[in-house]
Amino acid sequence: MFKKLLIANRGEIACRIIRTARRLGIATVAIYSEADEGALHAEMADESLPIGPAPAAQSYLAVERIVEAALRSGAQAVHPGFGFLSERAAFAEALEKAGIVFVGPPVAAIAAMGDKIESKKLATQAGVSIVPGHLEAVGDVAIAGAVAREIGYPVMIKAAAGGGGKGMRVAYGETELEEGFIRATSEATASFGDGRVFIEKFIEEPRHIEIQVLADGHGNCLYLGERECSIQRRHQKVIEEAPSPFLDAATRQAMGEQAVALARAVGYRSAGTVEFIVDRNRNFYFLEMNTRLQVEHPVTEMITGIDLVEEMLRVAAGERLRLAQHQVRLDGWAMEARIYAEDPERGFLPSSGRLVRLVPPAEGNGVRVDTGVVEGSEISVYYDPMIAKLVTHGGDRAQAIERMQAALDAYCIRGIAHNVGFLASIFAHPRFAAGRLSTAFIAEEYPDGFKGAPLNEPVRHALLGCAVFAQRALDRRDAGIAGQLNGWAPPSQQALVVRLGEGEHHVQVAQVEGGLDLTLAAGQVIPVRSHWRPGKLLWRGSIEDRQVAVQIDRLPGGLRLTHAGVSLKVTVANPQAAALAALMPVKALPDTSRYLLSPMPGLVLQVHAAAGEEVKGGQPLVVVEAMKMENVLRAERDGRIKTIAVKVGDSLATDQVILEFE
Amino acid sequence: MRHILRQLDEKRRLARLGGGERRVAAQHAKGKLTARERLELLFDEGSFEEYDMFVEHRCQDFGMQEQTVPGDGVVTGWGTVNGRMAFAFSQDFTVFGGALSEAHAEKICKIMDQAMKVGAPVIGLNDSGGARIQEGVASLAGYAEVFQRNVLASGVVPQISVIMGPCAGGAVYSPAMTDFIFMVKDSSYMFVTGPDVVKTVTQESVTHEQLGGALTHTQKSSVADGAYENDVEALAELRRLFDYLPLSNREKPPHRPSDDDVARIEASLDTLVPVNPNRPYDIKELIEKVADDGDFFELQAAFARNIVIGFARIGGHPVGVVANQPMVLAGCLDIDSSRKAARFVRFCDCFNIPIVTFVDVPGFLPGTAQEYGGIIKHGAKLLFAYAEATVPKVTVITRKAYGGAYDVMSSKHLRGDVNYAWPTAEIAVMGPKGAVEIIFRGELGDAKRIEQRTQEYREKFANPFVAGHRGFVDDVILPRDTRRRIARALTMLRDKRLENPWKKHDNIPL
Repeated sequence: MFKKLLIANRGEIACRIIRTARRLGIATVAIYSEADEGALHAEMADESLPIGPAPAAQSYLAVERIVEAALRSGAQAVHPGFGFLSERAAFAEALEKAGIVFVGPPVAAIAAMGDKIESKKLATQAGVSIVPGHLEAVGDVAIAGAVAREIGYPVMIKAAAGGGGKGMRVAYGETELEEGFIRATSEATASFGDGRVFIEKFIEEPRHIEIQVLADGHGNCLYLGERECSIQRRHQKVIEEAPSPFLDAATRQAMGEQAVALARAVGYRSAGTVEFIVDRNRNFYFLEMNTRLQVEHPVTEMITGIDLVEEMLRVAAGERLRLAQHQVRLDGWAMEARIYAEDPERGFLPSSGRLVRLVPPAEGNGVRVDTGVVEGSEISVYYDPMIAKLVTHGGDRAQAIERMQAALDAYCIRGIAHNVGFLASIFAHPRFAAGRLSTAFIAEEYPDGFKGAPLNEPVRHALLGCAVFAQRALDRRDAGIAGQLNGWAPPSQQALVVRLGEGEHHVQVAQVEGGLDLTLAAGQVIPVRSHWRPGKLLWRGSIEDRQVAVQIDRLPGGLRLTHAGVSLKVTVANPQAAALAALMPVKALPDTSRYLLSPMPGLVLQVHAAAGEEVKGGQPLVVVEAMKMENVLRAERDGRIKTIAVKVGDSLATDQVILEFE
Repeated sequence: MRHILRQLDEKRRLARLGGGERRVAAQHAKGKLTARERLELLFDEGSFEEYDMFVEHRCQDFGMQEQTVPGDGVVTGWGTVNGRMAFAFSQDFTVFGGALSEAHAEKICKIMDQAMKVGAPVIGLNDSGGARIQEGVASLAGYAEVFQRNVLASGVVPQISVIMGPCAGGAVYSPAMTDFIFMVKDSSYMFVTGPDVVKTVTQESVTHEQLGGALTHTQKSSVADGAYENDVEALAELRRLFDYLPLSNREKPPHRPSDDDVARIEASLDTLVPVNPNRPYDIKELIEKVADDGDFFELQAAFARNIVIGFARIGGHPVGVVANQPMVLAGCLDIDSSRKAARFVRFCDCFNIPIVTFVDVPGFLPGTAQEYGGIIKHGAKLLFAYAEATVPKVTVITRKAYGGAYDVMSSKHLRGDVNYAWPTAEIAVMGPKGAVEIIFRGELGDAKRIEQRTQEYREKFANPFVAGHRGFVDDVILPRDTRRRIARALTMLRDKRLENPWKKHDNIPL
């Protein structure tokens, strides 16, 4: 085994590789860019070397610098992680030349699988099924009909020069095909000036399912089950699980065997992933092979008990695989959620900045947190905005989901926008629970974006219970103040009114050992038990005998409670005060369409417009520097500027008014 | 006896009706609560005791003798906030539009006198159309009686005003002289002359809201300290503020036990100050991580945001926090921020509230606007306020402490009791670049040499040790330990005694 390993990556994956290397007694070398000075992966490693400026092209993608760093540090091997240089044949080659082992597949395999056409040809030769289609443009309707019959309906007619859904038609039969062919051709001509169209099999309710393979340099190759990664947003995976709720044993085996056949065909070594698209009839078709560790590898590790990074290192060191296919056991179910710095309520705009608060859920008991940041770390605009991968394992799918929900509820992140609530909402979605996934899941279930999860009964009870408990604890704390009049006793109202978002709930409270019992208007009793104290961000306790975690933030005149994808303002008052509060006007949110608001905190670098000026849609108005990035804010439509509220050099907060239109 | 009791009940019922159901409904329709409803929310349930419920005006002109309403447009008395006593008056807009008569003013003066005698704060809920014109000079005299009491009470008992409706003309000067003003958004305004007069005199068209609304006074004029969505929220936040204040200058601010460990370590503070000295960071993160339960009651949050002021507790004891905010104008001192912080420091000093100061200040803001505006005198206010303050003063320099601004920000030289510096502190006359350009003016042509000089200067002065050698900082502390160190310093200073020389009063540069 190697004595010293350099990790040519950053963030959570670098940390994750360091952990395994450390367990195996291998010394680790981290590299870091200027933006990552003091980052967790650089702190964790035994040594760390600066590698260049923040932009990846000058640091994590700079082959020569990394090879040089490896030589300088005396590392015998380099693990590339994923992304960056992990699939660059040239990098593997350069290391090889320098006499350093690349922890990954042979150069030839990287190159072969990196080429879309080449990889499909290889796959076909290896007997792997690919999406049926005609690789050449279809000249007329008659040929189109023949091709479609050969492939089998439904088919997709696609413009050769296409994009953005233009020149695309789905046909379920002959008539539709003729019509679709004509439409697609004319649309393609109109849109792209190129009327050529292709025909390929249309995959209905497509699911993304991939097979993990593991091969050594001695001719052994295994498949370690599949992962389903159908929950995607704009081709970006969001949630992955293993196994897939869709596959049966026969399909799993068939896919696994094809994946292994492909790996053997390219002389594969190390861990790799063969991606398939699967239709609703469990027909599967090869998409591509990723010749590296995948982001979502932990779900496979959780159900197989195999440390994939360890296996990669052993294989790279020339060892043989330590188990045979029949020894691969799939145990239980694993889920992974990618926690991103992005704002689901603002069209998933990426977010960056300091993690003012970061308290991940406790690991163990089926919960694993792969992260590269700690409280006080910075999510930089230069790299992938992933904060962490939250992975849970359970005896079955339901338990894995339940543990995931509990872990998400306890994941406290403050300072930047994140998608924890959105993830929680997906895990609570009945369609997700039923396993009816497809790559269109998010587009279909959240057509208008994310505006918070629905407030169902258990969630409502949890919030009610937590709200009353927390408010009472705060009141008790406040009543402990010095200097009170003699004989004063804090009021202990039994009847309370909880305002939860828009809804009003009348409850009766009884103090009991360890908490309180809440009686709802309908007579239902909700026992609430907790040890929460004011000041704690996370409320933990049991509500209706369920373990519940709710995040509590203070707002003027109330609290914000966050739980299960729901985040609401709550107030708790006695009935008299609640009646007065009910008299307060509901204020419409200010009309912001006339305003240009700052989408992020930053500094005004340039102002390109003046009050009274007519501007055209798309015209640059101001340039805001955020984290050294110049962001040009443009006019969304034509209009005249009424006032400009900022000047060069001003600091902006999110949502601060920059200028107002007439 | 029974007869009298029935009569009393009837009189009380009538008084509670205020201006009658129709006017109460109109008040509610405007999104406003009535005077009594507001007191109900302000005070602990059932604790309010009303005085002078049966007082009526004595005006005999303009048919006023025909219209009398018991209470005469203001509800006065006392109650408790979390068990602690306070006096309050609440103007009743449903009675003569809350207009101030001689009798109305007498009621306010009565509770103010009482509050002064027993040493308890006065809270004013303002919702009044102005002077009772029918009473003429008697009404004006009433205002002045209130003003005089505001001034005498200043620094003796805390005075807090909430503007919950109109407050115009001479009426503004009573709240103006109190310690804190809250306003309710959209339903309150304050101005000396209203939009109609403004239009006549200056031809300017302006709405009530623009001229004197809650946003105007919290963002532009700094007349008000906080703007809240509605009456309920404003009163809830007022209760929160009240808990930080002593009842009078004879007391220490109220201790409230906390479960929050005073030795709590905040590792993330070690990375709060960015490596790049030109990058900002949010000083409020530090304040919230140092405060008990993360609770910080910020005042004037929307005005002069380059300085942050407000109350927090450490180890259960209230402190006033003053902090430069690097996020805005690099945290420099200018006219607005100096005025904002100076008044706050003086408030804390009046009421025995220790002051914790976080320093990251690059200096005073340069420019003609500042000089013409009198930054010399305004900056002097903050200097004066810190220098005269005798309460415990604990200071932490997180990064820049440059030039005269260093002296101002509760430095050791202004009787700072305990002054700490983070390892990132740079205590110097100015930043390295500016300093080198002056000291080595002759070498300015030689970029390389200047670079080297700058580096030398940085090494020599951009650290806390030079000041440490002279004893101008007491210790260099780890950011993560800040809460523990401040808490210890405050404990040590709990019984601090320091007196200024006797004088009638000082002459702060106003």
